[in-house]
Amino acid sequence: MSFERIKEKLNILADAAKYDVSCASSGSNRTNKNKGLGNSTGMGICHSYTEDGRCVSLLKILMTNYCIYDCAYCVTRKSNDIKRAAFKIQEVVDLTINFYRRNYIEGLFLSSGIFKNADYTMERLVAVAKKLREEENFNGYIHLKSIPGASDELMREAGLYADRLSVNIEVPTVSGLKLLAPDKNYEDFTKPMLKVKNEIIQYKAEKKIIKSTPKYAPAGQSTQMIIGATGESDKDIMYSATHYYKNYHMKRVYYSGYVPVAEDKRLPAIGSQVPLLRENRLYQTDWLLRFYGFHVKEILNADFPNLDMDVDPKLGWALRNMHHFPVDVNRADRAMLARIPGIGMQSVHKIINARKFRKLNWEHLKNIGIALNRAKYFMVCDSSKWENRDLEPDRIKGLILQNSSGKFRKEYSNQLQLFS
Amino acid sequence: MINSKILVYDGSFNGFLTAVFTAFDEKVSVSDIQREDEYQSGLFSESETVITDSEKAKRVWYGIDKKSHTAIKQIYFAFLSESRGIEMLLYRYIRKLFSKQDASPSDYSDGIVLKTSQLAKSVGREKHRMEAFVRFQLTKDGIYFANIEPDFNVLPLISKHFRSRYADQYWLIYDVKRKYGLYYDLKKVEIVTMDLKELLTNSIHKSETLTAAEYDFQDLWNNYFKSTNIKSRINLKLHQQHVPKRYWKYLSEKREVV
Ligand code: SF4
Repeated sequence: MSFERIKEKLNILADAAKYDVSCASSGSNRTNKNKGLGNSTGMGICHSYTEDGRCVSLLKILMTNYCIYDCAYCVTRKSNDIKRAAFKIQEVVDLTINFYRRNYIEGLFLSSGIFKNADYTMERLVAVAKKLREEENFNGYIHLKSIPGASDELMREAGLYADRLSVNIEVPTVSGLKLLAPDKNYEDFTKPMLKVKNEIIQYKAEKKIIKSTPKYAPAGQSTQMIIGATGESDKDIMYSATHYYKNYHMKRVYYSGYVPVAEDKRLPAIGSQVPLLRENRLYQTDWLLRFYGFHVKEILNADFPNLDMDVDPKLGWALRNMHHFPVDVNRADRAMLARIPGIGMQSVHKIINARKFRKLNWEHLKNIGIALNRAKYFMVCDSSKWENRDLEPDRIKGLILQNSSGKFRKEYSNQLQLFS
Repeated sequence: MINSKILVYDGSFNGFLTAVFTAFDEKVSVSDIQREDEYQSGLFSESETVITDSEKAKRVWYGIDKKSHTAIKQIYFAFLSESRGIEMLLYRYIRKLFSKQDASPSDYSDGIVLKTSQLAKSVGREKHRMEAFVRFQLTKDGIYFANIEPDFNVLPLISKHFRSRYADQYWLIYDVKRKYGLYYDLKKVEIVTMDLKELLTNSIHKSETLTAAEYDFQDLWNNYFKSTNIKSRINLKLHQQHVPKRYWKYLSEKREVV
């Protein structure tokens, strides 16, 4: 193959794919068969990190950036004046294999602009995955984009080769979608999602009876929403995320702060700040919902439609619900321990183990690795010294902020200046 | 006079376990356990050189494993940290495990347990880093070769990962600091020592050892890495936290900066 030509294509088609933030390569269970190449079991590996600090674990490219649609938020949109390119199927296969053999990547994440029509495009994605599995005996990770509007037959086939499938909903609300992608139907997005969900359910059921049932998308499906392109609230975003988790059994929902790529009256201007802090708060919320036993309504509701920017959502919740505190760490159950600000799930686990041996005091808790500068206002332990002033929530917040240096501090104070 | 001894062993994990066996078996009061290449005689204690015996080592291994599976894993990982005084820390931990008093690897409120688990964790982190940062380069002999320089002695820990992933290619991972490597010949992994004529790190100079296409692929990977960057999100501090600078010379995507 001609390296110069490939390099040019790779530059164009990797550049266009980078706005998809999903980098997960975990959650699959493909072992190396018949002394072939690769596996994807357990945790995925980040082989490198971009200069903006995101994990690089997959070769993330588009098959082509020709597209018949004109979605306002997308660099690849038809009306954008950019260089276009398209990979041949074999070229993607060769790149993947050669990168994989050098331990650069965990596998391939293949997406595409929509060329001709949805099925034509999906067919080519499936062809790459099929070649990798059947001709190269490749057992590494494959993530394929489900092209909105692709037929059920193709989605069925895609799941036989891919570990994960994803359709990016991109705009969190149906009204926003109408505004920014007027020629796309909401149903075009949900149809492949529904098919994949049903196939996974069916696979799991059949697998119980017939062990040799071929795998179907073992790492499940995911989706992405862009944040801050339209005027949606955090409540809109998280309720919508909850909807996809629940109704389509999403493994992950990704939130991607909108990076302006076009001058368009409907969107923030080029050069506007990417809402990184907001993105971070949404991920924290997502985490609380999935692992900490919070219900979305506890964190976001009609009274609190947007997350606090100055404190994380768990601390925010605690400050609004002081009647649950202080919690006795030597007695409280797992669920309540998990709600103490400054205590993560790992610490919860360590506390539960360690307190079997002795009552825990501040020293023990510090060794376990708890952020006491936050936690101390919300808990008591085996010590007569504890925060016994009857502090107002606002005062606690002030004290905590004084003594912390979150990674977004600087940016937060910049953004505050913008608002003041 | 207290009759305490320094036990001297060959530096291997089996050697260390043999020393532990000796200490228990002969009821020695141990004042220190030292590698033979770092042995310093103590003024008031005599020393005994322990000959590595894999049978004795095995008995200690299984003995600990029976008490706790987590403990034996942590002890092995912590040992590979090669940190100063690691032997005595682990010896005390093992004694605790076998004594009547409670000692559980999940009792983080105990100092020795905590220290061991922290060391084990650092070694575990380095293991993961190496699984991520190994960069194979294809030699003209058809071997995928990587040189590494890990903070801890993690080669024994990463062998399995690479064996099960790259089952259909010849590969060799060489620890430059400790001067030994792992070689996989499509059937098994062997420990090899060799005289490396040149380090294959990032440099302008192209090595004769590697295939021509190798440099093309490094170039493609380098390019790919650059185009994944989103300028408006740049955060170099976070980047360096994830990819510490000391590893850069082995990462082809970092070629230009080095
Ligand atoms: S269909 Fe996809 S690739 Fe095409 S413009 Fe819309 S979002 Fe971009």
